[in-house]
Amino acid sequence: MDWVPAISRWIHLLAGVMWIGLLYYFNFVNVAAAKAAAADGTAAGISKHVMPRALFWFRWAAVVTWLAGAALLGRHFLDAFLFLNKSYYAIGVGAWLGTLMLINVWGLIWPNQKKILGMVQATDEEKNRARRVAFLASRTNTMFSLPMLYFMAAGAHTALYFG
Amino acid sequence: MKNPLDSLWGTVISGLILTLILHVIVSHALGG
Repeated sequence: MDWVPAISRWIHLLAGVMWIGLLYYFNFVNVAAAKAAAADGTAAGISKHVMPRALFWFRWAAVVTWLAGAALLGRHFLDAFLFLNKSYYAIGVGAWLGTLMLINVWGLIWPNQKKILGMVQATDEEKNRARRVAFLASRTNTMFSLPMLYFMAAGAHTALYFG
Repeated sequence: MKNPLDSLWGTVISGLILTLILHVIVSHALGG
């Protein structure tokens, strides 16, 4: 057994399920739930007790997923990211989508969520803008997740998808 | 024009379209 790719693939899947599972929780459940909770005055509990914990596991699962994916690619990292080898075209597209999603998490979603949740100082105007940016970044990641998962599957079964 | 990402189903449909487009591009690149 080749331990590094075997364990990397396992960790990539575990962390990936947590990352994308929480992304889908935010988009398929929490957006509507937060809106309904704001309407009946119960949103504070979600903001105080749920979101900080969910965002903690979300952003660090994203990092672990990416690092385990990079370890899994190993010496073929550049083959995938620079499309140097046709065998790595499919996983290369998946890897790029996953990378853009990681950048969205740490560059847009998390900094803006910190303003929304009051972890950093922000005016009401800044909070409103942060809500819109974080929402669209999260929705963009949900959109990207469909082709990302398709190409992750295709990367391991290229003949099935492109044969 | 309304942003499709404002709607959950608009987001899912956009993702499906993006998947199809990327599939065609990769398929052509692989000579399929």
